[in-house]
Amino acid sequence: MATRRDFLKGCLAGGAAAAAAVVPEAACARDTLERPAEALGLLYDATLCVGCQACVAACKRANHNPAEFTTVDHLWDAPLDTSGHTFNLIKMYRHGTMETKDAEENGFAFMKTSCMHCADPSCVSACPVSAMRKDPETGIVGYDPDACIGCRYCVAACPFGIPKYQYDSPTGQIGKCELCRHRHQDGHYSACAEVCPTGATLFGRTDDLLAEAKRRLALKPGEWTTMPRGRLPAKNEKPEDAAKWKGIVDQSYQAQVGNYQQHVYGETEYGGTQVLKLSAVNFQKAGLPDLPPKSSAATSETIQHTLYGGLMMPIAVLAGLTWVAKRNVVPEDDDKKGGQP
Amino acid sequence: MSAHHPAAPVGGKLLNTATLVSGLLVAAMLAILFVRFIFGLGAVTNLNDGYPWGIWVVFDVVIGSAFACGGFSVAMLVYIFNRGEYHPLVRPALLASLFGYTLAGVGVIFDLGRWWNFWHIFWPGHANPNSVMFEVALCISAYILVMWIEFSPVFLEKWGLKAEKKKLERVLFFFIALGTLLPMMHQSSLGTLLVVMGPQVNPLWQTPVVPLLYLLSAIAIGYGVVLFETCVASSAYRRQIEMHLLQPMARVMLGVLAVFVVVRFGDMIARGALGHAFAFSLEALFFWLETICFLLPFALAGRAADRRNPARLFLAGVALMLAGVLLRVNGFLIGYDTGVGVDHGWNYFPSIAEMLVTMGMFAIEVLGYIVITRRFPVLPRAEASAAH
Repeated sequence: MATRRDFLKGCLAGGAAAAAAVVPEAACARDTLERPAEALGLLYDATLCVGCQACVAACKRANHNPAEFTTVDHLWDAPLDTSGHTFNLIKMYRHGTMETKDAEENGFAFMKTSCMHCADPSCVSACPVSAMRKDPETGIVGYDPDACIGCRYCVAACPFGIPKYQYDSPTGQIGKCELCRHRHQDGHYSACAEVCPTGATLFGRTDDLLAEAKRRLALKPGEWTTMPRGRLPAKNEKPEDAAKWKGIVDQSYQAQVGNYQQHVYGETEYGGTQVLKLSAVNFQKAGLPDLPPKSSAATSETIQHTLYGGLMMPIAVLAGLTWVAKRNVVPEDDDKKGGQP
Repeated sequence: MSAHHPAAPVGGKLLNTATLVSGLLVAAMLAILFVRFIFGLGAVTNLNDGYPWGIWVVFDVVIGSAFACGGFSVAMLVYIFNRGEYHPLVRPALLASLFGYTLAGVGVIFDLGRWWNFWHIFWPGHANPNSVMFEVALCISAYILVMWIEFSPVFLEKWGLKAEKKKLERVLFFFIALGTLLPMMHQSSLGTLLVVMGPQVNPLWQTPVVPLLYLLSAIAIGYGVVLFETCVASSAYRRQIEMHLLQPMARVMLGVLAVFVVVRFGDMIARGALGHAFAFSLEALFFWLETICFLLPFALAGRAADRRNPARLFLAGVALMLAGVLLRVNGFLIGYDTGVGVDHGWNYFPSIAEMLVTMGMFAIEVLGYIVITRRFPVLPRAEASAAH
């Protein structure tokens, strides 16, 4: 029969694992990761965007994506959101009469939707097979379809709703912006920035882009200033580094400073992103989530590593359970005898 | 020391209404799966860019495996807490778990968009130990193997392989210990899956203690499922209900459930998330439905007199199973919102085809349970239980 002592021993072993789930985070805390020093990214300035969608078309071409028809006549590519076949889209904020550009009241504004290339991406943490990887140098979050099992945990994990699965195919892949990393070796940077006529989408090192964004925030709205287009050269860029990229280096022009929200979206969100955004309209109204500076990947991995780091906890609990089970499990006799140990 | 009660095959015909209906559902499932593998997930499911996970993940795997915790919960009671008197419940509970988990494992393949790569999850170059999904997959796979080993004495007994059975039983304690550890690991991790989704999951279900909530609820559901299964099996096979076992086990269930309720509300108060429960929203409504289902077992079987009524035990088990369904559906679907509410309003409701596949999976379990209990020594010998 069970004695009280045995029962308590059982409680001890069995309860250990349950208690493990509430061990304070401090033990194996995993801090929010930071961007690599040479991180590449984009700066999107909504006040410069004219909504021409040239970047959407260029993205489709660069990534060999098919058109997505949403109108009855099936004449042109008209995706309503990013998808497994559309990695970049300009969305629109609309209010009231939509008279004024970049006004929250009775106005409209544009917002680019594409991968933010997070410093600490949820998709990379979520992926069980490392099909989503963050390049240690460029920080580009890349996808490898040959590794992917199609579980779509990355789709569920991303707070920007970016990785998307191709449900229309029996061999569907995940589709997302990879900053045109496949074109870099030929000297091409992100197609969206390459074609942007107003410099609303700018390609460069995130550090330089952040400095450029802060320069704009410091200027007076309405003032004229020089706006770069295409690729933003690095600060003190060496000629041999500049030669790596194709295209005219200086495409800058004079434009008026927008009436910005005093915040660079992506500077701190989820530990920072490599794609940064400026907007005159409130970022949440323009369609970007309000995110804390701590990444969910850090919270999730802290829990996982606290419980399973080095398999310490499971092995300790297993040892306890084995010890208790060894005492309590009695080999069964032939069923005919039954009833007696 | 454990007292061992003999188990015996129930016998009888294998072809009856229950097996026939189950067979038809399985056939329908196979037809739908054929279409799914030829034309893709979009051809049969209502999955979309806002809801990448539907009922094949949430019901077949997350809930299916929680329902399959009977074997784990009862084995823990018998072998870890040394309550040998519950031994007759081990085999039937383990059988149901075996089916539940094996099918959850197989069911994952239907949902994987690139299923031919599934082995990458076990492959050192690919596997990502930071991923909660990796832990869940590895642990569930290991547990399925362990459970087949735990259950194999039944087959060895049937086929008269006495020497092999004896050898296995000498090391069985280790597999029982492993079979207690593994479900603790992955049932908690199934909850941790939500953590990386961050603010996309409503604060009612997004909490750092979610692993503990999922573990405690899975253990309680394990007992609830045993109450349910024992009552159904007894009524279907016209056998006496093992009330002398179910009554005290229901008390254990309520004890675990009480701990769950304390952790659930303690956490919500500590995080200041209780306000979300009083919002005028679908999430709040489903939170209260879930909470009512978690509290119902106390109302149904809280008093000793109530627990002498098998109907009340059965209903308490069903209420708890429903509560477990709601906790998981609420976290993964009702309380989940891609892009934190700034997307263009995605909706998901499962298609008929998706539901038929889920029903087909449960039908395989019912079919397997009937065939094995009728032909193999799983349920306690009828005259033995009548003698109590």
